[in-house]
Amino acid sequence: MNLLVLPVLVPMVAAASSLLLWKSVSAQRLVALLGALGLALVNGMIFARTQTGEILVLGFGNWPAPFGIAFVADRLAGIMLLATGVIAVAVQIYSFSGIDSDRESFGFYPLTLILLMGVSGAFLTGDIFNLYVWFEVLLIASFVLMSLGGERLQLQGAVKYVTLNLVSSALFLTALGLLNGSLGTLNMAHLSERVAEAGDPGFTTALAVLFLVAFSIKSALFPLYGWLPASYHTPPAAVSALFAGLLTKVGVYALIRTFTLIFTQDPGFTHQLVLLPLAAMTILAGGMGFWVQHDMRRAFAFAIVASVGVALVGLAMTGIPGSEAARTLALAGALAYVFQTMLVKTQLFLMAGIVRRAMGSCDLRTIGGLAATAPWLAAMAMIGLLAFAGVPPLSGFAPKVAVLRASLDLQQGWVAACILAGSVLALAGVARIWSEAFWKKPLHRPDESEQDQPANALARIVPVTGLALCIVALGLGAGTVFDAAEAAARQLLDPSAYIRAVLGGGP
Amino acid sequence: MVWLLALAIGALYAGGLYMMLRKTMVKLLIGLAMIGNAANLLIFTSSGIVRSKAPLVPKGAKTVEPPFADPLTQALILTAIVIGFAVLAFALALVRRTYEAVGSGGLEDMTEE
Repeated sequence: MNLLVLPVLVPMVAAASSLLLWKSVSAQRLVALLGALGLALVNGMIFARTQTGEILVLGFGNWPAPFGIAFVADRLAGIMLLATGVIAVAVQIYSFSGIDSDRESFGFYPLTLILLMGVSGAFLTGDIFNLYVWFEVLLIASFVLMSLGGERLQLQGAVKYVTLNLVSSALFLTALGLLNGSLGTLNMAHLSERVAEAGDPGFTTALAVLFLVAFSIKSALFPLYGWLPASYHTPPAAVSALFAGLLTKVGVYALIRTFTLIFTQDPGFTHQLVLLPLAAMTILAGGMGFWVQHDMRRAFAFAIVASVGVALVGLAMTGIPGSEAARTLALAGALAYVFQTMLVKTQLFLMAGIVRRAMGSCDLRTIGGLAATAPWLAAMAMIGLLAFAGVPPLSGFAPKVAVLRASLDLQQGWVAACILAGSVLALAGVARIWSEAFWKKPLHRPDESEQDQPANALARIVPVTGLALCIVALGLGAGTVFDAAEAAARQLLDPSAYIRAVLGGGP
Repeated sequence: MVWLLALAIGALYAGGLYMMLRKTMVKLLIGLAMIGNAANLLIFTSSGIVRSKAPLVPKGAKTVEPPFADPLTQALILTAIVIGFAVLAFALALVRRTYEAVGSGGLEDMTEE
């Protein structure tokens, strides 16, 4: 069996089996854990294979590209899959005690597995219509997860989330249809060739912007990020942690893929003039939101927005004319940043879930004293928070510096200023969260009914600790991480190897 | 024919957007459905409308003589219709549950707490 089909097949089989075991929640838990571990294993294997520089291709039904649908794993896909596997395991372990029994018995585990299947498919596919299909697979699963439980606040959040994501899908479909009409293919490698040959760059650029709008809703880019802080704080922590780690990053992945492989015909417009200012504004908007929010989970939702901004600034700077080294540095920084931010955001949302369980609320104005009552949790929270702020030696520091260096090398001083301002805002927000939630005396003592379980229940503290260790390790091994990201960036900036691997045509 | 379809698509997009900007959830849904249909029609139109036959290779021949209808486009639209149907069905259920929870179909009645 081809390795590339497994990241989709493993969660699919696990989801189907857990549906068959509908009556028994404990059996579903076991299947979900096995599914997540299996996914992490196969994703790790694919990551290891891609690290040699090999591009794995699987043509379904033995149809040669570009006629059939192909799965392609290059270094970028390997990196994203690895993070997906880690997040899957962490969230499944957390949900054993973090998800109430009502949600568990109404299909929480099958839904998370279907979501993971959609995410893996989106990272692997080499066909842009197939990417749309995987988007819909993961969206449907996320819609149900978002509204599962049916609390009023949750349903309101879900309406906003569903609407904006459906608009984004409709725009994506529109852009796809026009692209297929004008270039006559949907295979991304083939599209890359056709765009290079096409005689009408103006129309292609217009389509590129349509794709940009569609994907920037999904990845929560300024000014289209409003749905994210309006909805991510409403579902239970395990769900929002899964979303925080994976969903916006699928949008970021789609932007990186299409704007390095396909739409490189007019980078001065699409990358430099459109994407770069939007990404820089995203950093500021996210940072400001993070700084002022009273609800910890809402603050973290803005933290997601800010980190998407940093990653996309890196992508946008590949379109600036300048030295090859600086452009590679920008993209490498972006890739390393995306990888670590996926883990950091998952960790932060899981941590917020523990805080909410322990204090009965996530409102920074009323909670407090966690450093004394739950010192281990506080230490883990410190790691996640400082990694988000980009404090050395944690994982957020080196990639951010790389993007910053690249912006200076490419004479984009104002971008550097935005990144620095974003970091200051992040640090101010982190200091505020720390002093409010962990240091000060709580204004509101949780009574017994609200504090349903102790803050240190093993199944909840283990994944948070594990992710914190990953974050520290990524920070300490920044050199190794960066080498992998740089190799991936090089592979993306010269798509000829990708095209050759997919379409054949000799070495 | 293309002009007629183009106008219809434009009207569907515009109407869909207008409906989404109204203040009730039901109109929001209608708007989403209209935009989805507009996208499907657009895929159909953009790949070229021709008076043509089915893309079947005749006996003895190796290829199909043009003009023939592009089967890929039809497959795409079929997929998109199925997905759109599922998503809309879910959205309908969600809107109903939200209506029950909030006690109103108005988007402005959605408040925190």
